[in-house]
Amino acid sequence: MDSSFYREQIMDHYREPRHHGRIAAPTASHEELNPLCGDMIHIDVITADGFLADARFDGHGCAVSQASASMLLEEVVGKPLAEVAAFTRDDLFALIGVQLSPARMKCALLPLAVLRAALNDE
Amino acid sequence: MLTRSVPVRALDAAIRDDFPIFAETVNGKPLTYLDSGATSQKPEVVLRALDDYYRHYNANVHRGIYQISERATAAYEEARHKVARFIGATDDREIVFTRGTTEGINLVAYSWGRTNVGAGDVVIVTEMEHHSNLVPWQMLAQERGATLAAIPLTDEGRLDLDAYDRLLADHAGRVKLVAVTHVSNTLGTINPVAEIARRAHAVGAVVLVDGAQGVPHLPVDVRDLGCDFLAFSGHKMLGPMGAGVLWGRRELLEAMPPFMGGGAMIKRVGLQSSTYADLPAKFEAGTPSVGDVISLGAAIDYLETIGMAAIQAHEQALSAYALGRLGGLAGLRIHGPQDTVDRVGVFSLTLDDIHPHDLASILDEEGVCVRAGHHCCQPLMDRYGLTATARASLYLYNTTEDVDRLATALERAKAIFTF
Repeated sequence: MDSSFYREQIMDHYREPRHHGRIAAPTASHEELNPLCGDMIHIDVITADGFLADARFDGHGCAVSQASASMLLEEVVGKPLAEVAAFTRDDLFALIGVQLSPARMKCALLPLAVLRAALNDE
Repeated sequence: MLTRSVPVRALDAAIRDDFPIFAETVNGKPLTYLDSGATSQKPEVVLRALDDYYRHYNANVHRGIYQISERATAAYEEARHKVARFIGATDDREIVFTRGTTEGINLVAYSWGRTNVGAGDVVIVTEMEHHSNLVPWQMLAQERGATLAAIPLTDEGRLDLDAYDRLLADHAGRVKLVAVTHVSNTLGTINPVAEIARRAHAVGAVVLVDGAQGVPHLPVDVRDLGCDFLAFSGHKMLGPMGAGVLWGRRELLEAMPPFMGGGAMIKRVGLQSSTYADLPAKFEAGTPSVGDVISLGAAIDYLETIGMAAIQAHEQALSAYALGRLGGLAGLRIHGPQDTVDRVGVFSLTLDDIHPHDLASILDEEGVCVRAGHHCCQPLMDRYGLTATARASLYLYNTTEDVDRLATALERAKAIFTF
């Protein structure tokens, strides 16, 4: 169905998440819970020489939050930190590519909030 | 005194025509509304009552000498009488209008609770309470140094009454209040409130019943419930949002201090002190939600033309159909009683390991409205090791077609998530 945001891309990232798991010796980590739905995202990062050298996530939750984390990390890993810091919520929505309802936007935004917090912890 | 009107309206699919919202479509599909546990839809007669008030006699109550104010006051007080009759209260003064269930429970927690519960006393709740019948008691207990104890749940989703007896015995002489929901908003369980009240009264405790999910769906008579307070919301029983009810035994309400101070709740105000109005005005400070209250009266008229027993029977039959239809879906779990005994049409669902938010989104694409989350019952979720469920809740206007559309949409969700 055309209006469905459970299209191939989201389900593909949900089935086979990229950058999934933990990093043994991260330079920073952050974890957050969405108390409304119980979604949890944990992100480990390694930064080096002004770049986001690596990042991995794990956690549990809905397809939207998990796929969003996967797409986000696929997009930003390897980029200069300044560029990662400039990555906005609208950039994330564009990346996800389907129209999310307001309630589901919160699910999609959780990984971005966790990544930003991890990088700010640095 | 008015008597309960005799049901005159048959409860069949034509009932849906009384609700304008069912002319709406979602994604070109019929609106399949299965979230009446959150709020009910409104029949034309309720919408008309609200419009009629604002269009023809909008005025504040208990103030004006002029005619439209007197008309508003009469309609407001008539609604109070309708509510009293609807729940079997014998005295209109025992009906306090609130904003909803939450305000009614808080009124009791602040006014009765802070007068009667002290250090070392015990308030008993249950593990299935909505946060609105839990958090006010936590706040009271923390403030007064009292203990909060909870009746545990069985694996089937019912209260463990043996454990309740042990709580009463363990805290003998110190239990001041038992606060329990009539019907679980998450599991659909109907609790044996009369029995719970009997045992509470035997040890001298007062009983408050959260009627938010009971009064809209079952014939309720406070004399049969045997409780001391009953709080419920108008918007879950076809009325508008903004009007709710607290019923309390007159002698208890008489002895309680006011909850909020302000206009309408006083007799004489001096600069330093005031004397307070008699019941029920003592608990209705400020301008009440007059149009909402009058329209709640119209909702009660409508419910009575159908009859609460007929509504319960309809939901019972539809629940039996739903349990059969949903029970046939592989991987679907219904959390709560698995048969129609002492339960209403509320179904907390999980399907395989699909997150309930994903389920609700896919159902929404099919025009099926369900709620996903913890349903303001986090302790209950913890008890069953759940983070969330998708909840479908039925009311008088739902049909077997609605249940079929739910089942079909669940099958589609399963197909999307099968890989």
